Amino acid sequence: MADAHSTESNYLTATTGLKSWLFTLDHKRIGLMYLVGVLVFFLAGGVFALTLRTELLTPQGGDFISATTYNKMFTLHGAVMVFLVIIPSVPAALGNFLLPLMLGAKDVAFPRLNLLSFWIYTLGSMFFLFTLAAGQLDTGWTFYTPYSNTTGTAVISATFGAFILGFSSILTGLNFIVTVHKMRAPGMTWNKMPLMVWALYSTAVIQVLATPVLAITLLLLIVERTLMIGIFDPAMGGDPVLYQHFFWFYSHPAVYIMILPGFGIESELIAVHSRKHIFGYKAIALSSVAIAIISFVVWGHHMFVSGQSELAGIVFSFLTFAVAVPTAIKTFSWVATLYKGSIEFNTPMLYGLMFLFTFSIGGLTGIFLGALSVDVHLHDTYFVVAHFHYVMMGGTIIAFVGGIHHWWPKMFGVMYSEKWGKISALFIFVGFNMTFFNQFLLGQQGMPRRYWSYAPQFQQQHILSTVGGYLLLVGFMIIAIYLVHSLRNGEKVGPNPWNAQSLEWTATASPPIEHNFHGQPRVENDPYNFPEIDRTGSSH
Amino acid sequence: MGDHAKPAKNHAFFQHHFNTVGQQAGAAKMGMWLFLATEVLMFSGLFLAYFVVRALYPEMVLSSHELLDKTMGGINTVVLLTSSFTMAMAVRYAQLGDNKRCATQLLITLACAFIFLGVKYVEYTGKFSHGIFPGGYFHYDEAAQYAHSHGHSFRGLPHVFFGLYFVMTGLHGVHVLAGIGVIVWVYLRAKRGDFKDGYYAPVENVGLYWHIVDLVWIFLFPLLYLVK
Amino acid sequence: MPTAASTFAEDTDNLYFFITALDTLFFVLIMGAMGYFMWKYRRRSKDQKTSSITHSGVIEFLWSAIPTVLLLVVFIWGECDFVRQSVAPADPLEVRVTGQKWYWTVEYPKYPGVSLNSSTEEPALTLMVPKGKPVRLTMTSTDVIHSFFVPAFRVKRDVVPGRYTQIWFEATRIGEFNLFCTEYCGDFHSNMTGVVKVLEPDDFERELIKAGVLTQEEGESMAAYGERIYKRRGCVACHSVDGADGTGPSWQGLYGRTESLSDGTTVKAEDQYIKDSIYEPNKQVVAGYAPQMPSYQGQLDNEQVTAVIEYIKTLK
Ligand code: HEA
Ligand code: HEA
Ligand code: HEC
Ligand code: CUA
Ligand SMILES: [Cu+2]
Repeated sequence: MADAHSTESNYLTATTGLKSWLFTLDHKRIGLMYLVGVLVFFLAGGVFALTLRTELLTPQGGDFISATTYNKMFTLHGAVMVFLVIIPSVPAALGNFLLPLMLGAKDVAFPRLNLLSFWIYTLGSMFFLFTLAAGQLDTGWTFYTPYSNTTGTAVISATFGAFILGFSSILTGLNFIVTVHKMRAPGMTWNKMPLMVWALYSTAVIQVLATPVLAITLLLLIVERTLMIGIFDPAMGGDPVLYQHFFWFYSHPAVYIMILPGFGIESELIAVHSRKHIFGYKAIALSSVAIAIISFVVWGHHMFVSGQSELAGIVFSFLTFAVAVPTAIKTFSWVATLYKGSIEFNTPMLYGLMFLFTFSIGGLTGIFLGALSVDVHLHDTYFVVAHFHYVMMGGTIIAFVGGIHHWWPKMFGVMYSEKWGKISALFIFVGFNMTFFNQFLLGQQGMPRRYWSYAPQFQQQHILSTVGGYLLLVGFMIIAIYLVHSLRNGEKVGPNPWNAQSLEWTATASPPIEHNFHGQPRVENDPYNFPEIDRTGSSH
Repeated sequence: MGDHAKPAKNHAFFQHHFNTVGQQAGAAKMGMWLFLATEVLMFSGLFLAYFVVRALYPEMVLSSHELLDKTMGGINTVVLLTSSFTMAMAVRYAQLGDNKRCATQLLITLACAFIFLGVKYVEYTGKFSHGIFPGGYFHYDEAAQYAHSHGHSFRGLPHVFFGLYFVMTGLHGVHVLAGIGVIVWVYLRAKRGDFKDGYYAPVENVGLYWHIVDLVWIFLFPLLYLVK
Repeated sequence: MPTAASTFAEDTDNLYFFITALDTLFFVLIMGAMGYFMWKYRRRSKDQKTSSITHSGVIEFLWSAIPTVLLLVVFIWGECDFVRQSVAPADPLEVRVTGQKWYWTVEYPKYPGVSLNSSTEEPALTLMVPKGKPVRLTMTSTDVIHSFFVPAFRVKRDVVPGRYTQIWFEATRIGEFNLFCTEYCGDFHSNMTGVVKVLEPDDFERELIKAGVLTQEEGESMAAYGERIYKRRGCVACHSVDGADGTGPSWQGLYGRTESLSDGTTVKAEDQYIKDSIYEPNKQVVAGYAPQMPSYQGQLDNEQVTAVIEYIKTLK
């Protein structure tokens, strides 16, 4: 039905002027604004990272930046990447754009709240920028007490920024939950929702349940800092380890806030570009929910050597392994989806396959960290740094970049250069593994993290890691260039260039019209029933 | 999903992106409940901190809490319970489309909220005047003397208890303030006669919020004032 | 993994290698399957038929159950080692460790007067232990959280202010090993390193006392003794003697100088003030510096303070 109206105005052209963007209630525009914000901060976070890497070229400190600057850099890098990039990346940017389209709704349930959430995000990031200007902060993204109570830098403005960002995240989550419950098109039963929607839904549940705890933790930290209440600071009779419990109670579920949407994208990429029904739909959908639940009870695995009780350590280790099983199920299901498919190696699919490679390494190295005695050795070394980059960068960011390529024709109605897409994917694959695989080797040799200078025997791997970092920069630069280029010069595409089966492709134009659909779409088909699927079940 | 068979009514407050008024009301209600869940979770973090402190220093908590005024706390509990009742009445009248009665009930609720804050003000300034300031500003000697003149003595680190007291009641106070804001808003709308034909979601949601504020106090009061 | 030099190291490494093998197996399986499918089912024609399989109960059960069992094995293995490593055997050698920005101090209750310090220049060592005898460390911090990590021993434990945490180990190899601080603790976190020296039990006591007891030597001047204290007790970490600014003010030209303090007053830096600065450093804080200096009350005796003052006098 979309083809008939393909010449009429779309959501990009419906209204014009800056105001029509900044005060828009259209979920698609809000999603795009988030996307721009997220990418700008990704660039900033990447520049901070390369500053770190450059300093680490030599073992002695001070060749490039001072210890103080180094400490501020990794704090900013971690905090920007976590709070400003990865948490909003998939849900707030792509999710906002896609959720109503995939459900067959005209908008999210609360469009005003959605806009508010974007503005809160902007405000929170302003606070972070203010932190940059106001002497910066050097606590690490974890803000551990008592260090964060005593250090002279701008802890208050940064934590307040994170506190504000928390609200943005809560509002988005709340909006998504209600949207999924109340706004599904006729015929869209829970079992016909694309897996991306399931993933956004589970993510939203964690956002709503866990973020308030972060809010109160940061609030307590601020009060502790300003009024010296004495709950975390041992000098005042408090317990510094209590802070860690609070922090990880949020931040462990937060790592699944980061990865679940990535899983959602992965399911779409693998199924659509191999034109195969996703394998084990129910298992993938329900394992997200299982992860969402179990993720709340494993936070203590960040504290095996912090002096928490031995029993606590044992329980947390057990639960950590429990949460790995649903992830294993997903991984196997994606690979099985490829079986007897029709696999096309276009750019989105390359990222889909790259995800399987890098995320598996990241997840599998989580097993080392979950094992108590081994974690004693690996905790706070580069092994942990490598692990979380493999899951966050190699998982979520790779999926995110794949998702951007997959939905780019939908968002803008144009196609980018496939050739450059493949070249940059190669840069990113090589650069990424070079940067971070070396860090596993460093970590197991005992190289501690957050070190500005280090013992000479570690230099070789550090150099390789730095070179890899620069390759990543090149790769992302290429992407940025050809994507921007495609906006003007890209080949125009029809509503459904991938020939996919979910509503955002079958029932809307590219780019979609302002109100998404003409009339009310109805859903009969399952989103993964591709026309090529051989009904007889026989194969060749 | 609601019943999409029913056509969208041309209701004054109907938003286009919904299919039916029922769907819109259902969404609003669900959103509100989720929001309340986040509030409860946020306070539960504070309660957790409280229980940790209490487990670490049971003597200290016991000896310090004696200085809180049970009478004033009790009065405030009664005041808030009353306001919850009048709030419920306001919702009922809004449901019936009786904007006038609804406004009256809201006014009483507002009055209760102000009484609550007034009593808190008296309590806070009373504490301040005896050196009981939050956290690091706590004057131990002055406070201990004050405790002594009331026949109590501190054990351990009373500033931690009072620090928590100020944070918990302070955050609750902020919620009361926000409550006053939204009650004034629905009061103005009731005055304007907005609530009719089964449209009363704003009053209902403000009501739910107010009950949660009340509920938090119902926990704060015994934990802080009546420790035994 | 780095050189294995304690009784735990082998256990930890065994599990490490088991997980490596397990992970490699699964990784190869997954990537193998992926690679094979990528090649076999690459798109050859636009309307290439694909299979209608959507799920398979048996396979899905198997690939949930097998990892669960394997993970359970890893869990139990790690847990048993961890528990064993938590309980020190009877009668270990007791050592007290104090972490502070940015060095470690080590004392031995059995050998009063012995104190080793990681910011020393000569000899560079922090902890001396005999080979083949269990050692138990009781650790605390005077400021923020640090973490005590000896990779060769596979031990690590946070060192928390206001608390005592313990670890134990038994060294199995003579040699010198790295000691790192692995909890971020501020500017010079990465310099909070040291050396652990494992000695033959026969040499241990003699070497320890030689290295750890700081007394004025025969014929040594007070100023020279002061210089040794400066290097051995960690002042060097924050104070330079050549005018370079550090965490604390340089000692060059300090004696007799008029210092402005952070409360706006001034004071002439002479014996009493310097002594107070060492015992109660945060009472009079020099303007422009954070009150970061720890107190040395009970750590430096009167004679040693006098020696430091004599040394400072020589720094014109
Ligand atoms: C996207 C974010 C993300 C994700 C998904 C994960 C996933 C996992 N993480 Fe990770 N983690 C982080 C982000 C993430 N983590 C961050 C940011 C930190 C550090 C924070 C800081 O200190 O700054 C961290 C730190 C961290 C620690 C603390 C280390 C330390 O500080 O000492 C631990 C310990 O248990 C851990 C474990 C795990 C496990 C078991 C998983 C599992 O969920 C992984 C499950 C996946 C698989 C297992 C792979 C696929 C499965 C198969 C191929 C099947 C077959 C497998 C077997 C049979 C083994 N992580
Ligand atoms: C999402 C999370 C995320 C991502 C993506 C990254 C990305 C990178 N990180 Fe990391 N990192 C963290 C989260 C992340 N990081 C966290 C949480 C910490 C812990 C902090 C702490 O200890 O407190 C950390 C710490 C950390 C350290 C350890 C510091 C230390 O302990 O001393 C190092 C060191 O090498 C490092 C390096 C890198 C590098 C080289 C990249 C590279 O992959 C970056 C490559 C990216 C670019 C170069 C930007 C290019 C972008 C554009 C050109 C814009 C256009 C883009 C598109 C159109 C797609 N990071
Ligand atoms: C962790 C860093 C640190 C260490 C270690 C340290 N100091 Fe200091 N010191 C400072 C700082 C910071 C100041 C300035 C602030 C102040 O006066 O407290 C200072 C000030 C002083 C002063 C006063 C200097 C002046 O210019 O007035 C003296 C004397 C002094 N220290 C002696 C010592 C001695 C002796 C030792 C070792 C036994 C030592 N310090 C170890 C940080 C340190
Ligand atoms: Cu001490 Cu890091
Ligand atoms: Cu975790």
